[in-house]
Amino acid sequence: MSDAVIRVEGLAKHYAIGAHKQQRETFREMLTRQLTTPLRRMHSPPGANAAAHSIWALRDVSFQVGQGEVVGIIGRNGAGKSTLLKILSRITEPTAGRVELRGRVASLLEVGTGFHSELTGRENIFLNGAILGMSRREIALKFDAIVAFAEVERFLDTPVKHYSSGMYVRLAFAVAAHLEPEILVVDEVLAVGDAQFQRKCLGRMESVARSGRTVLFVSHNMGAVRGLCSSAILLDAGSIAMQGTVDDTIAAYLTDVFAADADTGCWQWAEADAPGGNEVRLLSVTLEGERSGISSGFAPDERFSLCLTYRQTKRLTSMRFVVQLLMPTGEIAFTSTDQTTRGQHVFEPGTYNTRVTVPGGLLNTSRYLLRVWAGVPGIQRLVEPIEVGAFDVIDAGNQNSCFGNEHWPGVVCPMLDWTVTRSSSN
Amino acid sequence: MARLTIIEPDSSASTWQLRELWAYRELLWVLTLRDIKVRYKQTALGILWAVIQPVLAMGLFSVIFGQLAKIPSDGHPYPVFVYAALLPWTFFANAVSNSSNSLVGSAQLVSKVYFPRLIIPLSSAGAGLIDFAISAVILLLLMLYYGVGWGLHLLAAPLLVLGVVLTALGIGTLLSALNVAYRDFRYVVPFLIQLWMYATPVVYPASLIPEHWRWALYLNPMAGLIEGFRSAFLNQPFDPLGLSLSLGVAAAAFVGGVRYFKKVERRFADII
Repeated sequence: MSDAVIRVEGLAKHYAIGAHKQQRETFREMLTRQLTTPLRRMHSPPGANAAAHSIWALRDVSFQVGQGEVVGIIGRNGAGKSTLLKILSRITEPTAGRVELRGRVASLLEVGTGFHSELTGRENIFLNGAILGMSRREIALKFDAIVAFAEVERFLDTPVKHYSSGMYVRLAFAVAAHLEPEILVVDEVLAVGDAQFQRKCLGRMESVARSGRTVLFVSHNMGAVRGLCSSAILLDAGSIAMQGTVDDTIAAYLTDVFAADADTGCWQWAEADAPGGNEVRLLSVTLEGERSGISSGFAPDERFSLCLTYRQTKRLTSMRFVVQLLMPTGEIAFTSTDQTTRGQHVFEPGTYNTRVTVPGGLLNTSRYLLRVWAGVPGIQRLVEPIEVGAFDVIDAGNQNSCFGNEHWPGVVCPMLDWTVTRSSSN
Repeated sequence: MARLTIIEPDSSASTWQLRELWAYRELLWVLTLRDIKVRYKQTALGILWAVIQPVLAMGLFSVIFGQLAKIPSDGHPYPVFVYAALLPWTFFANAVSNSSNSLVGSAQLVSKVYFPRLIIPLSSAGAGLIDFAISAVILLLLMLYYGVGWGLHLLAAPLLVLGVVLTALGIGTLLSALNVAYRDFRYVVPFLIQLWMYATPVVYPASLIPEHWRWALYLNPMAGLIEGFRSAFLNQPFDPLGLSLSLGVAAAAFVGGVRYFKKVERRFADII
């Protein structure tokens, strides 16, 4: 394709593992390291440790995107999506390879970058706009539209530290939504705000996509990817596993996720690489059936519980865990959260279990994918959505679903109370 | 023809990318403005602090060094003598300490948006220029009060200000980059600045140093520049050799600081 707007060739990014360690290396440690290096060299041949202490976040990634295409980038956590976006946004440099971008690029990895809590809404619009690459003139022209979109007219001259979290996010997204680049690179920034505002954001994204701009869109929300994108790229372990139409690629992603690991019904992580961030780390997820015990296969009428164990290192208010079950088609079976149980309590640091019970006689016989995330609604993600693994609801032939041995389509196949009465004799 | 961006390993290290810096000049301005606005938010006295700080230091130094220690002041009243040096020194010290913390303080920006990273230390150093301008007015008032200065030497002031700004930017960018990799510098910088002040003729005149050792004093760019400030504002003869030596070192510090910054810039997002 000669009219490619984005051309990526042989892109690779290498990270030294223990980047955390290196980040905190002090000057003294650096000096000691430099001084002792010759000594260590004598004990181990040079380069012996190099491979063990590094990872390729991206490896030999090549693709092209044509003018006006809207491409989704999907893959499991750690597949390299964020690294790819960071390179395309020029935040970090690749280790090898080359990218060519034709046209003005804007990238949106977060909303509200650079917002200063002491400044007013008006001042922050200009500040954030400049950071995102808009000129003063451009911002002044769009100012009214931004304010109207954010619905904050009355608080324009109030410092944003007095804003509610909802207003803050609305203002932040409104600035970003009025960028008019030729190429737009977007991370999952739509996962903020309330449902109504999310719909508004998605609508705005759709109109951007339809106006002939080239968009790269990273998301865990397959519905949003399917709705916005015409094609998609599936990343797996730093390489492109598939590139094609959005439906085919999503199907491949889901097959991949469903087929992964021989699931035991218990998933555990070492704390250092457990899903989550500085505040919360997910330590384990366990499925336990009433009759089967810890398992990844349950009978249709069997009640089973789902237990998430996590460690919380900071004090948090109004956080929540969310659990989602997906069908092999990508449809969402249901989403559930512990939010109402928790209420507005303050949770002190510690190790917690949050447990939910799924009643028997609800799910259909199928394979289900379990997705989990945590956050403070409208404010921050504590644990990014992770596809934990799959489990099956299997009819073992003992007639314990309402259809007995037959399988009928449907996300659920609930056991409902039927009454059959004879109302007349003729 | 649409703008073409090429991303490759090491693509930012080789040149200073002045054109790109120019393209982002509005951001530099906006961030400088932000630092100015935020600095005195929620303080009762606001921008008055820009005046209070050097004036208090002047009073303190006049009592301790002028009255008690009887440090000579080249025949000028000690307060105006020390204030003429405190004016550039306060700017320098604030610019260096603010900009050395600026990158680490902007970790969020650095890891989420692209723009020439130099803008961060530049804007936080630049914000101090407002304070500098305000406290310069006090110096002019002091000159009126004591009836000193006011000569053609004042014309050299812009060159001297430029020298101080270059030195501050050079040292500030260098320290800001070092601070990203080695957080030790957060603790080193305040001490370094204090030490530097005593190595600079702020509270004492350069004439206190034996003449054949004075070249060593002027290897410190701030020494020649501050003596230059005194010559300009107190209308005393310039030391051309010392001044040019210091200006030379100032330019070298600027080039060296920015060079080091550009060299390590591409690693910032990965290690910040």
